[in-house]
Amino acid sequence: MDKRQGIRDTKPKNGRLRVLEQRFPWLFVIVRHRQARVGLAIISVLILMALFAPVIAPGDPTEYHGVTNTPPSKEHILGTDPLGRDEFRLMVWGARVTLLVGFGTAALAMVIATVVGVVAGYFRGIVDDILMLITNLFLIIPGLVLLIVLSAYLHPGTGTVILALAFTGWAFHARIIRAMTLSLREKDFVAAAVVAGESSFSIIFRQILPNMVNLIVGGFIGTTIYGIGASTALAFLGLTKMTEISWGTNLFYAQNGNALLLGAWWAFVPSGFCVALAALALTWINFGMDEITNPRLRAERELRKALGRKFMQRVRATPVRFRER
Amino acid sequence: MDDRSTPLIDIRNLYVEYLTNRGPVRAVENVSFAVKSGEVFGLAGESACGKSTIAHAILRVLRPPAVITGGRILYKGVDVLGLERTSPEEYRNKVLGGVTRKGIGSSAELIERYRWAEVSMVFQSAMNSLNPVVKIVHQITDVLMRHLDIDRAEARRRAEELMEIVNIDKRRLEAYPHQLSGGMRQRIVIAIALALRPSLMIMDEPTTALDVVVQKDILQQIDQLKREYGFSILFITHDLSLMVEFSDRIAIMYAGEIVELAPANEILNNPLHPYTKGLLASFPSITGERVKMSGIPGAPPNLLNPPAGCRFRERCAEWTGVDIPRSPQLQEVIPDHFAACECKYGRADHA
Repeated sequence: MDKRQGIRDTKPKNGRLRVLEQRFPWLFVIVRHRQARVGLAIISVLILMALFAPVIAPGDPTEYHGVTNTPPSKEHILGTDPLGRDEFRLMVWGARVTLLVGFGTAALAMVIATVVGVVAGYFRGIVDDILMLITNLFLIIPGLVLLIVLSAYLHPGTGTVILALAFTGWAFHARIIRAMTLSLREKDFVAAAVVAGESSFSIIFRQILPNMVNLIVGGFIGTTIYGIGASTALAFLGLTKMTEISWGTNLFYAQNGNALLLGAWWAFVPSGFCVALAALALTWINFGMDEITNPRLRAERELRKALGRKFMQRVRATPVRFRER
Repeated sequence: MDDRSTPLIDIRNLYVEYLTNRGPVRAVENVSFAVKSGEVFGLAGESACGKSTIAHAILRVLRPPAVITGGRILYKGVDVLGLERTSPEEYRNKVLGGVTRKGIGSSAELIERYRWAEVSMVFQSAMNSLNPVVKIVHQITDVLMRHLDIDRAEARRRAEELMEIVNIDKRRLEAYPHQLSGGMRQRIVIAIALALRPSLMIMDEPTTALDVVVQKDILQQIDQLKREYGFSILFITHDLSLMVEFSDRIAIMYAGEIVELAPANEILNNPLHPYTKGLLASFPSITGERVKMSGIPGAPPNLLNPPAGCRFRERCAEWTGVDIPRSPQLQEVIPDHFAACECKYGRADHA
């Protein structure tokens, strides 16, 4: 336990904690990673804000308060927007739709990506050709344009937005997962499973898929960021159901009411800030995820922190750090 | 400097740890041994006892989470663990004997010169250490051109020489690894290890994946090359019979520590440490009577939290009932024969 020498022994003293760590070691890696810890905290706060919106900001968020564009005051903590609605309520309630769209998009897109990728990679041949043809089509279609077209023709609503975003967001991850499947299916443990008589279904889900959890989780987080950003962009362009409260529609009405020209920063900063915050938090969590799948990253980071930057830069040699005995 | 009195490489009180989420795993603890010039030194022990960790630590190719936490590795009098702080002059005088070589301009470069040019390694599963999409010739010339001041034609000529040395037709230089048999690939890996005429070659289970006929073939070839070029070998395996035949001296490792160190036939004929006896009792004799193999009951301790004192106590058939508070130290029980078993042989006073 010598901090000065930079070799840190992290051992929870509490017996129950240790049991927890042995069961969920990944949880502890995340919590020990400073950025991931902060990211997890931020995203938890945002999710709680969405879940408990009626408690945090009671009242109808669309209620007209008689004054438009008032700066923050005792009555309206974050002021009112150009439509005379309470900005704090809008921000809190807006989290619901935006986060739902973000996570919903990610879930749907990753399910499609995983199924298409794994099936194409595992069965190869004509199945692969057809599925990859479709995937490539989706990859070359400009996403935002397709999104706008889809949103214009479909009945607007949260579900539609999720569908449209998942539709444009899955192809990239499908290709990654296919590539990984192609590599994994040639491993000896898959050959062993085939010889043991396991069904294709079981090989795909019990042998191959668990090896790609990092890819899928990483993709999920990335797609969530995409979902939040793109849905906000759609709403900002006025292409979603405008009676819904989301961070994107808040920005739309702020823009519509010339909040920027009028200097009414309170109309667009809270929602814009929340979007940025959510994206930042998710990115940080993804950094932590990397260290779960690659323990070397964590060890290297901790050693670098302890031994200084120059260390291990030019020559990659085993670090020497004497421990006093 | 007298070659006979100073060993080629002298490892003193080496400690290596792997930092994990659950605390440091003490893979190598207080290991000391020396390899003399021209000697074949064997390092034996069961899986996970730290043999390969030592080999990789000598080259300093272990990457974090591995950390060397103590000891010295003196190669021709230069501490490998402090190469980053060794001056190029000192390196040139002690290691290169005053000759200037390519790329020893700064201390930071020394480790790259020390690796392979001084100490090379035949890695475990040598088959996988060849890049499947690169022709053999390039895999050999890359090493030569990285370290020596020669052009491609000269490097190729040397590659052909090396192929001759390991008895492979030089036309095979144009082949890709998958076009060669396991034995040939193994010999090519050995040729690459020989390319820079190192003084020490570490062989980490070089023949484990090969059948016994090829195994014997390759070992004989190595032995002949060793005679010819006079390098030392650090030979690592868990195949004790192979090791006894091939090595001059042998160290037996258990749970990260050396428990016995003696000349090869001493280990075979007069093992002192109960663990060594157990190991030897697990191999059948071809010519002797039919006896039931005994093996060693139990399993090695977890190195996350190794027991204090003797690590073999739990499994020891000869435990005298004496508790040793500290790890038993190697001591010279009979001349040239060291064992770390204090409850049987008592404690040396010099500690």
